[in-house]
Amino acid sequence: MNLLNEMTLHFESRSCNEGFARAAVGAFVAQLDPTIGEMNDIRTAVSEAVTNCVVHAYRDTIGPIRINVKLTADHVVIIRIHDNGIGIEDVAQAMEPLYTTAPGEDRAGLGFAVMQSFADSVTVRSKPHKGTTVTLRKAIARRVNHG
Amino acid sequence: MEPSISMDEDGLKVQLYGEIDHHTAKSIREATDILIQQKRPQTLRLDFAHVSFMDSSGIGLIMGRYRTMSLYGGTLKVTNVPEGLEKLMLLSGLGALHIIENRKA
Repeated sequence: MNLLNEMTLHFESRSCNEGFARAAVGAFVAQLDPTIGEMNDIRTAVSEAVTNCVVHAYRDTIGPIRINVKLTADHVVIIRIHDNGIGIEDVAQAMEPLYTTAPGEDRAGLGFAVMQSFADSVTVRSKPHKGTTVTLRKAIARRVNHG
Repeated sequence: MEPSISMDEDGLKVQLYGEIDHHTAKSIREATDILIQQKRPQTLRLDFAHVSFMDSSGIGLIMGRYRTMSLYGGTLKVTNVPEGLEKLMLLSGLGALHIIENRKA
């Protein structure tokens, strides 16, 4: 994998950082000249992943979130969102649409479904009481020069 | 930015602004639910014309208000959905509820 650029963010799992995280990742990915649609897809998927950290991984507590973004020479964005939170016992169940462990808070249970729809691929690695890493991949189409 | 609220013969209208995520949805939900309980409108319109970003927390916000309005025998309408939010609205299955009134012109 030929890397063009890479960055890592560290921040606390405060809900006000959900907007910061998607804005920061979006600003970094802008180097690949994505369309408005591609940019919106990335911002939305990142927002879902970070919200999962805030709502589930560090429920009732504040902990560290790390986001690493790689831009490859073949125009693929690889985003890893990592937390040291409670982890997920059953990843397959957690990824089912409408499944949520927080139904009383207007959680739609769509977080992973949205990530899967808005990114090209989503992989989840989790260990209970150790943490979770969500990896999002998305190819950014090369645009012809409009002059 | 806080939603602006107006009431006329068509019911209660909540004009939403900016980015809707888990963080911002909380205050919108609280403000809207207080109004629903106080005014008991026949119709609640959530206007998305000035919403620049939304994730699935916005879907939760809509579904929750749909349930609350149904409980009071009223209806919820979602209006002026910008093009950028259509993909998420479609994915969520909200279309099946027939509450999306019109696209943003």
